[in-house]
Amino acid sequence: MQAGVAAHHSSSLGEKDNWALASIFAAYTISATLWLLFATAVGVLLAYKFGAPDFGAGAWLTFGRLRPIHTNATFYGWASVALVGLAYYVAARSSRISLYSVKLAWIGLVLFNVAAAAGTVALDLGYNDGNLEYREWPWPIRLIFLAALVVTAWNLIGTVARRSTDDIYLSNWYTIGGVLWTCIIALVAILPWYQHGLGQVSVSGYYMHNAVGMWFTPLALGIFYYALPRLLSRPIYSYALGVFAFWTNLVFYPIIGAHHFLFSPLPWWLQTTAIVFSVAMLVPVWGGSANFLLTMRGRVRDLAHSYPLMFILVGVIGYLVGSTQGAVEAFRSLQEVWHLTNFTVGHSHLTMYGFVTFAIWGGVYALLPFATGKEPGQLGLMLHFWMAVVGSFIYVISLSIGGTIQGLNWKNGVPFIQSVVDMQAYHVWRGVGGSLMFLSHVVFAWNVWRMTHGRTAKAAPPVALPPGEPVT
Amino acid sequence: MNKLVLIAGGSTLVYAILALAMGVLPGIVLSGRTPGPGVEPLTALQAEGREVYVANGCSYCHTQQVRPLPQDKIYGRPSAPGDFAYQTPELLGSERTGPDLTNIGVRQPSAVWQYMHLYNPRAVVPESVMPAFDWMFEVVDHAPPGVTPIPLPKAYAPAVGVVVPTYAAKALLAYLLSLKQPPLPGDAGENGSAMPAMAMRSEAAASADNAGAAASTAPAESAAPPAGNGYDAAKGQTLFTANCAACHQATGDGLPGAFPALKGNAAVNDADATTHIRVVLHGLQGANVGGVIYSSPMPPFGDTLGDADIANIINYERSSWGNHGAPVTTQQVTVERAKGK
Repeated sequence: MQAGVAAHHSSSLGEKDNWALASIFAAYTISATLWLLFATAVGVLLAYKFGAPDFGAGAWLTFGRLRPIHTNATFYGWASVALVGLAYYVAARSSRISLYSVKLAWIGLVLFNVAAAAGTVALDLGYNDGNLEYREWPWPIRLIFLAALVVTAWNLIGTVARRSTDDIYLSNWYTIGGVLWTCIIALVAILPWYQHGLGQVSVSGYYMHNAVGMWFTPLALGIFYYALPRLLSRPIYSYALGVFAFWTNLVFYPIIGAHHFLFSPLPWWLQTTAIVFSVAMLVPVWGGSANFLLTMRGRVRDLAHSYPLMFILVGVIGYLVGSTQGAVEAFRSLQEVWHLTNFTVGHSHLTMYGFVTFAIWGGVYALLPFATGKEPGQLGLMLHFWMAVVGSFIYVISLSIGGTIQGLNWKNGVPFIQSVVDMQAYHVWRGVGGSLMFLSHVVFAWNVWRMTHGRTAKAAPPVALPPGEPVT
Repeated sequence: MNKLVLIAGGSTLVYAILALAMGVLPGIVLSGRTPGPGVEPLTALQAEGREVYVANGCSYCHTQQVRPLPQDKIYGRPSAPGDFAYQTPELLGSERTGPDLTNIGVRQPSAVWQYMHLYNPRAVVPESVMPAFDWMFEVVDHAPPGVTPIPLPKAYAPAVGVVVPTYAAKALLAYLLSLKQPPLPGDAGENGSAMPAMAMRSEAAASADNAGAAASTAPAESAAPPAGNGYDAAKGQTLFTANCAACHQATGDGLPGAFPALKGNAAVNDADATTHIRVVLHGLQGANVGGVIYSSPMPPFGDTLGDADIANIINYERSSWGNHGAPVTTQQVTVERAKGK
């Protein structure tokens, strides 16, 4: 990477360390962005197939092979790689130290990419590990991903262990925790001996939700806790509330997986327990969201003038609304209508996109210019932000309405095919929203290019505030 | 350093315990479930078909779990833990873009229909958004001896040659037709597995009535005369669409060479409705309609539909597409059912 040298850091770190950190951060972001473009191009093709099922014929482009390619590339190519790049930057900066090992970080990046590329090819050739959602890659490939996680955990811990600050900044709790927990998730998912028949159903429920909630959620929250104070030059509203949310998230989240299999033959008590803790998740979600919103309180003018802050604001709202929706959705009375419909697809995009992806964008726009000394243009920021917001809004609303109609159709006993026919208009709107989202990603790629290979900015970071480390 | 150990190590320890309790232990306990009565392992060919099903991601759009809810009764009885003993990987699925397939071997036993539908779903269900799996078939000049070419409608057939299934398609078909729910022990009453299904049906139908006034006002607008025998034209059409149209088509024309037409059909227009009633109740094998022999079996509907519903379907068929068969009453169906097969 020819990424430039961070211009603003006045810490004791040498130019060489800064350059290495900026290069790592930039390389992870670029790699992730390429996966985002690929995964969402596949997503748009999938959306198109609902209206034109004979478009893109043949085995390699068939819906059932592309669908897991879309989800896995989004999860493990885009979000995971982008979040790890951000976690490295945050760990080093908040600990006021260089990365523990630049070499390990590069090795991790290679491993992540090898896994995602091999997984994509395997799925397209029909090597799908049982259609078990988000763990469809053949297990040897998931082992490569696990190796990347172990490397990342080692490197993050090594970095924070050598910190020159007394405290461990809250962001690192979330990121280090997230990576370590996900090593366990990946291991639990790979080991085959105890996963047969109905037993595998319960493991699927556990895995599906933990891969999301104990991996993407904590890493994205880690970005909020670092980027918000940094952009606003004001400490997080309540450090203690952040710690409280950390532990409650840790204890409640792992228990809710079975809510993906409500009304299934899984033991009824397991399903009920999952519902109870789904509602308990409101505690860390509302606690965390309130913490972020209160940190932003009274700074409407800054928000309006800073796209990085706007991205983060949307991310926080996505977290609040998406997770609250998840808690409500877990009730049996509502699952009876929404389960197995497109409503769930809307929900997963509200969370993985409205929350996680916006958090990543906010973090990248807030921090990458600090690292490289290069800025994206205002027009690019504006186009990216508004197309992504409007596109995802259309996407989520259309599938939420369409999914509700589907569920009510089934409940009212009309012939099944009617639920397919009634979805047609909403499938079109999903395609419109998805296309806007994809276009915004093209602009994002351009912005990333500007932030890594563009001209070096002369002056101010995105928000006019004194450079320096966040207040810890 | 101690802080790091507490935060990273402590939280990971807590998480490991929870992962054991919520992931691993339920996995171990539930993996040991014994197969329910009548639940059999797959044959080699069916197992290969299951791999084709997985490789092409069928379970992203089709579930294999019947919930204990009224709207799921059309798919069979509620799934039981013992049903999944031989199902690894599990294919319960998370979305129903298409219908549930738990019991598809019973609901649609016709190999011809399944092949046509796989080759291009729109050949039999015009509104379907399922992908065409035509790449699992090959076009040959003449079908090899012993192989029946797939009787595709003209619009979907290749210009030259005939379509025959490849090995992958045969395996997939064998798997799909193997998907049959064995009856639960408690249900082995007079009607076999029919009891819960029937209860579910009428509930679904009842909720359809409650859902909108449309269901009760529609008959008045319909061309079909209310025969004073309780015939509900709107419900008849709904039931026909859900149960019959996939083969006989909404137009009543059937599909030439594959499924007989009901329009102008002798049994449907016969003043004596006995044959018509008995075919719907008990199904048909090797039907001879107008001199054409149809190889596809028609599934029996007596097990899944109540007498009133069957009477509604029959009356719908007898009064649609220019047909003018005499209407039947629910009592006639009850009488024929009582006579047995």
